[in-house]
Amino acid sequence: MAQSAIVIKNVGFTYSAIAAHPALKDLNLTIEAGSFVGIVGHTGSGKSTLVSLIDGLTRPTSGTIQVGPVVVSANSSAKELAALRQHVGYVFQFPEQQLFAETVAEDIAFGPTNLGWSDDQIQQAVHDALDLVGLPQSMAQRSPFALSGGQMRRVAIAGVLAMRPAILILDEPTAGLDAASTNQLLANVAQLHAQGTTILLITHQMDQVAQYADQVVVMNQGHLVKAAPPQEIFADPDFLVANHLNLPAAVEINRQLRQVGVELPPTMKMADLADRLAARLGGQKNE
Amino acid sequence: MNKVVFGSYVPVDSVLHRLDPRMKLLMCVWYVILVFFANSLWTSLWLLLGLGFAMVLSRVSFRQYWQGIRPLAWVIVITVVFQILFSSGGRVYWHWWIMSITHDGLVNSLIIFYRFMVIITASTVLTATTPTLRIADGLDWYMQPLKAIHVPVNQLTLMLSIALRFIPTIMDEAGKITNAQRSRGMNFHQGNLFQRVKHLVPVLIPLFVNSFKRAEDLATAMEARGYDPDSPRTHYRQLHWHGADNITLGLMVVLTVILFLIRGGVFALVSL
Repeated sequence: MAQSAIVIKNVGFTYSAIAAHPALKDLNLTIEAGSFVGIVGHTGSGKSTLVSLIDGLTRPTSGTIQVGPVVVSANSSAKELAALRQHVGYVFQFPEQQLFAETVAEDIAFGPTNLGWSDDQIQQAVHDALDLVGLPQSMAQRSPFALSGGQMRRVAIAGVLAMRPAILILDEPTAGLDAASTNQLLANVAQLHAQGTTILLITHQMDQVAQYADQVVVMNQGHLVKAAPPQEIFADPDFLVANHLNLPAAVEINRQLRQVGVELPPTMKMADLADRLAARLGGQKNE
Repeated sequence: MNKVVFGSYVPVDSVLHRLDPRMKLLMCVWYVILVFFANSLWTSLWLLLGLGFAMVLSRVSFRQYWQGIRPLAWVIVITVVFQILFSSGGRVYWHWWIMSITHDGLVNSLIIFYRFMVIITASTVLTATTPTLRIADGLDWYMQPLKAIHVPVNQLTLMLSIALRFIPTIMDEAGKITNAQRSRGMNFHQGNLFQRVKHLVPVLIPLFVNSFKRAEDLATAMEARGYDPDSPRTHYRQLHWHGADNITLGLMVVLTVILFLIRGGVFALVSL
């Protein structure tokens, strides 16, 4: 039985007393440790608000959030919120805009230093983080501002990974990246997930959700509409339209094939679909 | 996000909101000058009445004005306390070391308090009823004559508009970067003063880097669309002088005339 990494109970959140609409309404969600959760929804549906609550950047207006052993509510102290952040790593949108140090190594070391680790631990963490994001160790002494956009983003992500969070939140990590960088970054994330990190991925790319996630959380206007495996979410086209979501390419192609009489079992991944189509045509796997 | 900050615009519809920004600018400067002519209780009250009238007309609640002014209250209180303790003249009520409370000190501090409050409130009325870009347009109009002595008026007001336009953007970004660094374990409320100042580095450096980048992008985008700083410019937002502006101008004249009548003691003679 998997342990719960995050338990959210009856959480509501309003940005200010005079704001007309609450950003989150009566939200309940349990995320198992080690799962890969895709958080999807229209712009302004409350995705970012939800994850910033999980990271303890703000207090919920009502309800409780439990992350590991830490529980926070509307009355929690700043110290308790900070304790929450020790379990959670949050990669913001366009994280390369938050780089500040003179060298890549210094920037990556910022998080571990704040956590009060020893110098040896910090050096090891920087070394490991560079490996995790696929950057050469020789880059450690260069200025982060002299790198390419994609490299800067990987440095910024390494800065979060260096803190070795049990839960990693990524807000649109591939926005503005080219296809090759996107695939590499997602492969890195998948590798982290395989090593046991709980992943929360906010994205507008349904293909990424279909490919990697084992659970999908659909948000709409501050409500959690549905939390289910991707197979279930993407099986219902009407539901997707109602929540302003697209079909992943694999599901869409499968649907169109069915319309012309090619019956294939439902699949989430393009590679699987290609294999099944090839098998149908009498070919071999991975051809 | 929804907090009323000093100098922010309050979008409601009122007579004052619809006035020409040039009139409102003139009104504000004019009023501030008048404040320095108020020399007695009655003249001060008369000007306060005028300000109160404008505040009511603006349909912005007094509570909102107070929220906007409150952050400056400390500055005013400290100034007034200094004035009370360190000025001399007249009867001495209390004395200790170099500090003393005297009659003249009390009167002077009262005058300073009054001037501070009404001037800040008057400028808040201007900014609450006029979007900043409209104020920039008004300034642009007033500065046109300076072109004769080769002051680059258009460039100056463009700089001003751009600066004003990007204040919310930069505030927003500062919030985001702060959150990002907090999520990397930075605690802003820890350590001594020196350490706290050091905490600003991871926020300020990205903020500056991004602002320079944005400025460069904006300049490129403007040049790509054919911006030439030296060519004459037309305006999308036109300034219109209406009847209400004439009436306001008239009211300001009335306010001034009555102020000087009270000052000259005319009403005192009449009441005798």
